[in-house]
Amino acid sequence: MDMSVAFDVNTALANGALVTPAGPPPKISAQGVNVHYGEKHALKDVCVNIAPRAVTSFIGPSGCGKSTFLRCINRMNDTVATCRVTGSILIDGEDIYDPAIDPVELRSRVGMVFQKPNPFPKSIYENVAYGPRIHALAANKGELDAIVERSLRKASLWEEVKDRLNESGTGLSGGQQQRLCIARTIAIDPEIILMDEPCSALDPIATARIEMLIEELRQAYTIVIVTHSMQQAARVSQRTAFFHLGTLVEEGETQAIFTRPSDQRTQDYITGRIG
Amino acid sequence: MTDIGFTSQGIAPRRTDTRSVAAKARLKARYRSNTRFRWYGISALAIASAFLVILITDIFTKGMPAFWQHSIVADVAVTEDIVDPDGKRDPSAILGADYMALARTALAAAVPGIEGRTQKKQLNDLLSSGAADELRTEVAAHPEMIGKTVKANFLLSDTADLYLKGDGTPIINSAPSLGTATPSATAGEITVLTTDTDFAAALVEVKKDIQSKAAALSAEADRLQRLNSGTTADRIAELRKDAKSLEARLSNPNSEEVLDGKIASHLVEINGGLVKVTKLASSVVTGDVLIPLKSTEAAAPGQWQLITYATPETDRSISDRGVAFLEHLRSNGHVEKQFNWRFFTAGDSREAELAGVRGAIVGSLLTLFVTMIICLPIGVLAAIYLEQFAPKNRLTDLIDININNLAAVPSIVFGLLGLAVFLNFFGLPRSAPLVGGLVLALLVLPTIIITSRAALRAVPPSVQEAALGIGASKQQAIFHHVLPLAMPGIMTGTIIGMAHALGETAPLLMIGMVAFIVDVPKGFTESATVLPVQIYLWSDLPEPAFQSKTAAAIIVLLTVLFVMNGAAIWLRKKFERRW
Repeated sequence: MDMSVAFDVNTALANGALVTPAGPPPKISAQGVNVHYGEKHALKDVCVNIAPRAVTSFIGPSGCGKSTFLRCINRMNDTVATCRVTGSILIDGEDIYDPAIDPVELRSRVGMVFQKPNPFPKSIYENVAYGPRIHALAANKGELDAIVERSLRKASLWEEVKDRLNESGTGLSGGQQQRLCIARTIAIDPEIILMDEPCSALDPIATARIEMLIEELRQAYTIVIVTHSMQQAARVSQRTAFFHLGTLVEEGETQAIFTRPSDQRTQDYITGRIG
Repeated sequence: MTDIGFTSQGIAPRRTDTRSVAAKARLKARYRSNTRFRWYGISALAIASAFLVILITDIFTKGMPAFWQHSIVADVAVTEDIVDPDGKRDPSAILGADYMALARTALAAAVPGIEGRTQKKQLNDLLSSGAADELRTEVAAHPEMIGKTVKANFLLSDTADLYLKGDGTPIINSAPSLGTATPSATAGEITVLTTDTDFAAALVEVKKDIQSKAAALSAEADRLQRLNSGTTADRIAELRKDAKSLEARLSNPNSEEVLDGKIASHLVEINGGLVKVTKLASSVVTGDVLIPLKSTEAAAPGQWQLITYATPETDRSISDRGVAFLEHLRSNGHVEKQFNWRFFTAGDSREAELAGVRGAIVGSLLTLFVTMIICLPIGVLAAIYLEQFAPKNRLTDLIDININNLAAVPSIVFGLLGLAVFLNFFGLPRSAPLVGGLVLALLVLPTIIITSRAALRAVPPSVQEAALGIGASKQQAIFHHVLPLAMPGIMTGTIIGMAHALGETAPLLMIGMVAFIVDVPKGFTESATVLPVQIYLWSDLPEPAFQSKTAAAIIVLLTVLFVMNGAAIWLRKKFERRW
């Protein structure tokens, strides 16, 4: 098991996918984040810095809190009535849990792509145009058309759908739907894109396309991706964080995590002994 | 490590046994149980559909005749001295004229030779009290008709109409006459003498009828005697006396018989006239002329005949004379059957042939409009709030439970509430669609809230998450994405709630919508009634014509309900989305 992972990492290294983050200040900085769902202590004292314009992947066994932490970054957990978050998460040095921060406005800066492709049951065009419309990003129809085209191009979906923009978004294939969701997210031009297991419902070919897309998107966006696939983490991310039982065990360069984990639990997980 | 040893525990490994006799029996039993269950389902369905078919057939056979109406078509002279004696062509004078007089004249012309007050009244009673209304509106619209003779339709009364629809008496024409008959006069009380024993067979039938009646009286007397109660002694004596007198009439098979209303009516049709037999002997009858004869000439064999109205006169709502007049009118082509448009254009009336459901339909529409305006926004908004925004705590749980309880409250309770609150406290007008609509809104509100909540809950949360994820506020996410998806479900719930409200009677009785209201309501605060209440009112009336009106009104109500439910299904299919 660990041999195959090591092999993957090496392949990725050879392709130059893994780049050591440079010196700039972190885009996201979490300090002492605790999350409770009612009585359950779901996330314990998480401290992590996430680099700008890079892909950071969160790995760990099911129920380890990685998705919970992801949903803290755009305050999606606010919609869960029993959820309580303490500690602070800074984006560009600004605490997003500050009462002065409007969570709705925050989510327009921190976009999210979900596990299951969830396009609106509307036309492809409407799916992409909805975000810019509610945030008044386009002054007229022409600008809106331009945003839609640009977003679909960035999501490498334009060529496939340009002739049927008025057809329902739910009529696309699973992989296309997920790219449509990514297009919808980048249409509002966020700074950060959170992806919650974006490929878990897709076949390997669709997965490969999404991974290529992530690789392109990291030029412009800070991307945080939760994944169950260690190969995927190795392929797409520059940095990896390993969560276990609600704690952040280890965070570092992907290459380092997969080859020289410093914690025994990480070692056990990537070699398939726990999880 | 993974080998879980059966053998080490001393238990033999067991596979599902599929080959033994016991296994086959088990399989058979399973199939039998499947088949049995299928048959339970099929028979339940069959019973339910049988009841439905019986119900629908019964309603339709009773109600369909009410959609047609008979009227007299006759030439009528629209004479100036009756319609417009001043000659000024003043519209109000033309409208106010006595058109009934014209109708009577026209009818008298169609059945000539009727003399005497009683006979004329009986002829005129065939006409509805609103018979001349059509002519009135037509003349008022076209004053140039005055002074001319025009063809007009005069509505028949409900009894005449029912008779023509077949609810009267079977008419039996006796065998061709063998003798030559001679009437003694053309009008009044006459005798008809025949040269053969043409009436003998009828006499035998009448005597048989009398015999069976006498037997029935004796049997009743015997029964009472067996009961041996002192108070019935007089009654027994009376019955015995009646039976004896009937039997006395039977002693001589050839003696003449006096016919009364309890025996089938016998009539002689001769020389273009009709004689109702009062005394019957084998070759001579005495009777009253119903329709005057043309002459007293002798009628050759086969040129005249004996007719029997099989149902005795006292057992039907129309008199012999009425039947005679109608048959005369029908054979002369004066009777016309038309679709009963009046049923849809008129309000309620005490006269069955004039009554219609327009008032009730308009009342229902006004009431439902009020209900819809109130409960759709309140219901949907309450559902959205409770489902999406309300905090989950004791208070909302309590509200939740109470909404479910309200849906199960008997509807009459809402009527009492309406009476106490809307009428007595707020002083709103009685019998008004406004109050009816408010009461029905209270009744339907829980249903709409519950179905709307279910529809909202059925929208996958991923849709809302998707919207929130790109920075839509919760309200935007719900109103832009969740609500449109839930709309078909909400509309279905609303329409079914409205259909429920449309069929509701009990609460409306409490707020006085049960009054007899002739005028079609013109506003929300005018007195009105609604379809189900109209059905309830009509079903209570003794006139047989109202029974078929009741069934016809039920057909109208059911049609509206089917259309509403159809619309609900159509909406659901049309806007149903898959995600």
